[in-house]
Amino acid sequence: MEAFLESHYVRVMPFLLEGLVYTLLITGVGLFFGFILGAIVGLARLSKNKIIYVLSSIYVEALRGTPILAQILFIYFGLPDLLGFNIDKITASIIAIAVNAGAYIAEIVRGAVYSIDKGQNEAGRSIGLTRGQTMRYIIWPQAFRRMIPPLGNQFVISLKDTSLFSVIAVGEMLYMGQQYYGITFAAFEALTMVCLMYLAITVPTALYLRKVERRLDV
Amino acid sequence: MMITVKDLHKSFGKNEVLKGIDLEVKEQEVVCVIGPSGSGKSTLLRCLNLLEEVTSGDVFIENDNLTDKKVNINEIRSRVGMVFQHFNLFPHMTVLENITLGPIKIKGVKKDDAIKAAMPLLEKVGLEDKAEMYPESLSGGQKQRVAIARSLAMEPKIMLFDEPTSALDPELVGDVLAVMKNLAKEGMTMVVVTHEMGFAREMGDRVIFMDEGIIMEEDTPDVIFGNPTNPRTKEFLSKVL
Ligand SMILES: Nc1ncnc2c1ncn2[C@@H]1O[C@H](COP(=O)(O)OP(=O)(O)OP(=O)(O)O)[C@@H](O)[C@H]1O
Ligand SMILES: [Mg+2]
Repeated sequence: MEAFLESHYVRVMPFLLEGLVYTLLITGVGLFFGFILGAIVGLARLSKNKIIYVLSSIYVEALRGTPILAQILFIYFGLPDLLGFNIDKITASIIAIAVNAGAYIAEIVRGAVYSIDKGQNEAGRSIGLTRGQTMRYIIWPQAFRRMIPPLGNQFVISLKDTSLFSVIAVGEMLYMGQQYYGITFAAFEALTMVCLMYLAITVPTALYLRKVERRLDV
Repeated sequence: MMITVKDLHKSFGKNEVLKGIDLEVKEQEVVCVIGPSGSGKSTLLRCLNLLEEVTSGDVFIENDNLTDKKVNINEIRSRVGMVFQHFNLFPHMTVLENITLGPIKIKGVKKDDAIKAAMPLLEKVGLEDKAEMYPESLSGGQKQRVAIARSLAMEPKIMLFDEPTSALDPELVGDVLAVMKNLAKEGMTMVVVTHEMGFAREMGDRVIFMDEGIIMEEDTPDVIFGNPTNPRTKEFLSKVL
């Protein structure tokens, strides 16, 4: 027992828990803004206005068509050249998750809203609701329920994506694991624990989502 | 006049579906629209509350011209109730919430007052015990009666019905027709697209036969069903009666 407590499997944990805080912070705040962005862009993709449609489509395709690793480097190293001021690592990471997930969430929102029967919109309009009211009270609540499983899936993807930010030395979980084996050379133990930590979040999430999905099916 | 339609044309792309419709509906009148599938009955009805944009011509609801860009279409729609073939109830709301949504959000009625006003409507359609149910647990006939109550909650002056019973099992049709008959007797102005010839004959003040995007014949039910003049009307009726 004492040997186990002294082992690298245990001694890496304080590092990983510190990293976990940043992993969750970046994922949570990033997805919060990503959802707002995704909702706006997703609805824009359904717009009859050509300019709005084209602009939102360019955004979605540009972000889905480039690797998130390039995106974080662009935001952290590229943008400051243009803007003339630096962006701190955490902020850059949050922005990267927000704009990247925002593009995928836009597609989730678009698909869910589009999937609602046209008759719902007509029924709302025919009692005299405005377009906005119909969206808010009738279409969105129904669409949102259909978004929950894919949004949960996006959460898992974005959570894992934060590990890429180790390249700009953000102190998230993978980076902290690397720090540990950089000092101790216990790469096997450290990385095993890193992976188990990710699984400890992603597996329950996936199981929960499957349950939600089954409930929405009936 | 409650409804005045003047030389209404409606095209979907190159497909002209309504080819010049003229129609007047008086207060308290019940007008039934019959005709073969694809003749433009639904399209005409949907033009009456601008669910379809009209291509040319005029549609007046009372004195408001719907094709005038300045009219408040939402306000006019709240004066014109519409009942759909597939009910289109809001599945995430209870029966009561379906009915009170319009009054609360559009008319600014307080929730309690909206509920008080909704209960007599539910009684009218025979569903006072279903107020807290969700649409999924109702039969088709019950859903359609809720849909009627939902429209009535906005206190419309005109009710449009687009084949309100054709998605129903035969044994459920009667309850919905009974509600519609009561409405007609109370003096509601109604335009009813229907395949229920019995209803048209009994309740219609006027029957309109549509074919290929025009009104082929219109007259009292006695004439249309007893002694139609247009050969197309005869042919259609011989198929459906
Ligand atoms: N949104 C639309 N886009 C393109 N064409 C349409 C649209 N709605 C209707 N049409 C066409 O217009 C024609 C008339 O349709 P409409 O639904 O008005 O007929 P209907 O008389 O109501 O028929 P039914 O008895 O089958 O309901 C049809 O040929 C149909 O294909
Ligand atoms: Mg039709």
